[in-house]
Amino acid sequence: MKKEVLIAHGSGGEASQTLIKALFLKYFKSSILKKLTDSAVFETDTSSLAFTTDSFVVDPIFFQGGDIGKLAVCGTVNDIAVSGAVPKYLSLSFILEEGFPIKDLEKVVRSIAKEAEKAEVEIVTGDTKVVDKGKCDKVFINTAGIGFFPKSVANMGKMVNIRPGDVVIINGSIADHGMAVLSSRQDFDIESDIQSDCACLNHLIQKVLSQIEGVKFMRDPTRGGLATVLVEIASSTNLGVEIDEKSIPMKEDVESLCELLGFDPLYIANEGKFVMVVDKSIAEKVIGILHNNKLGKDSSIIGKVTEKYNGKVVLNTAVGGKRIVDMLTGEQLPRIC
Amino acid sequence: MDYISEYRETKKIENIVEKIKAISTKKVRLMEVCGGHTMVIFRFGIKSLLPDNIELISGPGCPVCVTSRKYIDKAVAYSRLEDVIITTFGDLMKVPGSSSSLGQEKARGADIRIVYSIMDAIKIAREIQSKHNSEKKVVFLGIGFETTAPTSAAGIKIAKKEDLSNFLVYSAHKLMPPAMKALIDEKVKLNGYLAPGHVSTVTGSKIYDFIAKKYNIPVVIAGFEPVDILQSIYLLIKQIEENKFKVQIQYKRAVKPEGNLKAQKLIQEVFEPRDDWWRGLGVLENSGLKIRNKFEEYDAEEQIKVKVEKTVEPKGCICGQILKGVKCPKDCKLFGKVCKPINPVGACMVSSEGACAAYYKYNRV
Repeated sequence: MKKEVLIAHGSGGEASQTLIKALFLKYFKSSILKKLTDSAVFETDTSSLAFTTDSFVVDPIFFQGGDIGKLAVCGTVNDIAVSGAVPKYLSLSFILEEGFPIKDLEKVVRSIAKEAEKAEVEIVTGDTKVVDKGKCDKVFINTAGIGFFPKSVANMGKMVNIRPGDVVIINGSIADHGMAVLSSRQDFDIESDIQSDCACLNHLIQKVLSQIEGVKFMRDPTRGGLATVLVEIASSTNLGVEIDEKSIPMKEDVESLCELLGFDPLYIANEGKFVMVVDKSIAEKVIGILHNNKLGKDSSIIGKVTEKYNGKVVLNTAVGGKRIVDMLTGEQLPRIC
Repeated sequence: MDYISEYRETKKIENIVEKIKAISTKKVRLMEVCGGHTMVIFRFGIKSLLPDNIELISGPGCPVCVTSRKYIDKAVAYSRLEDVIITTFGDLMKVPGSSSSLGQEKARGADIRIVYSIMDAIKIAREIQSKHNSEKKVVFLGIGFETTAPTSAAGIKIAKKEDLSNFLVYSAHKLMPPAMKALIDEKVKLNGYLAPGHVSTVTGSKIYDFIAKKYNIPVVIAGFEPVDILQSIYLLIKQIEENKFKVQIQYKRAVKPEGNLKAQKLIQEVFEPRDDWWRGLGVLENSGLKIRNKFEEYDAEEQIKVKVEKTVEPKGCICGQILKGVKCPKDCKLFGKVCKPINPVGACMVSSEGACAAYYKYNRV
């Protein structure tokens, strides 16, 4: 491991994985933690619980399509929602920089309240710390969230049920969040109307899970993007994942900006998307349900799980070629969430 | 993206691939010189579309990859000075020097800022001078070929015009044709050059004439979309099969035979050629650009004297041979084991445009 913490350690890609495995898991021996799912799932006497935590350091704090407050709620809610649980309670801890305008803080708090109401989650505990000017950047938010599993729903963060032939679905266009935040940065002289996809997905996910059986796995492709989730599926199951580039939804302006700046959209963060692996027999029905919802109207089947290419993700490129998709290895864009 | 999609149409691609297959009889090795081309070839899986007798090899056209360890060591030394702010393209951050990298120095507290153009660096210098009234110097790491050299030249001229006394450029700018010549002189086996599109927008096509005439190697200046690359390969194969050796421009929508005269003039005015060290190729005559004496007040090498550690080359690394196209990334013992994008040993793994990084990311099986 490196001697100092580098920006890449926060990328969600290979460097983050190395830090987690070589340092945190070396000291923390919990069998639940070891699974490294978005939410920790554990049993109580009456039901299963999902428990998660997250921190938000996005720069700038206000961006097109959202702000750090909305992002904190959505990010936490989605980590619980993709496990299959219904998010219920959230905690919020603020680390504030001396001199941060109260009016900006109020704007953030108002946005948190609004998003929490929409998602039907309650902020039930919190904490505030203030540090000297220059010791943090405006505001950082740490959250925790708890959710409860409906009786019929199993932990969707586990990959044990994934089989060859299963179908991979995404609920809309990729790379919106990362490119929206980037183009909102002042030092970055680019004007665009790209909006972050930042949204709570719990209602949409429950709509699918309550209507249909056969969903096998879910994860939200945040830092590290769609590619990272697909690589995790392939490497954990030792099966192949075959994806068609043409079927991956993308907004035209996002694609153009990625093209212009040389970013691979597969690795750019999303904040209102889930990747779902489902049994082939229900794929069309799931797409039908998703298409009826604002947050799923651009849903698409993007590929399948296969016995070929074990442990690898293979992309059928837009021009008919094939290539391997690998884990993000450096930092693509720091401080995106 | 209408302006791009026509260059990625599956039908068009299939047609060109069929045309290539129809005329191609000889076993050939074609070199794409430019790192941008390498990326497109890997990203779209172009190699998987071509018949087996056509081999594509990656050349030395990634500016980060050919930048020497010595250069990085000196940049690291600058970054350790209290009164220096380093401004650089992000790609250079990870490049390993002898004992450190700019990324590591930043983590240790050096003021190193990633910029997207020299104009951002000038903006920082302006602010430092006017608002903060500080003595700090802003050093821009000028790397790249004929493509970025004109912007560095323009930046230096702007600094002079505005009397920005705290702005300096540390030049590692290089010229493409000497490297292309060196590869042939070193007897690297190749039958055709896919010449760099962006470099050629500045230089024009004439700078490659000597390659076609003197060495009997066809040159096609290629664009950066899949259709461009395949059309260029077709044009090269056609020349090879017909025993013709000339320079052709496929990337006509951007490249003119005479190039961009204004940009050429800018380079001429601010820089002069010097012998320069290329990673993997060694010292090539008149292949680098030094800031002319007339502008020496903006030349970091003239203005900041600093003690630099002894440069140590990494053991087992075959980047040099990979840059020459003699070996392939998978021939390297370090590749994928010790040397990964997260912890690059050699330069080809550092830049996203490097042959090893592209191979690792897109083609590792």
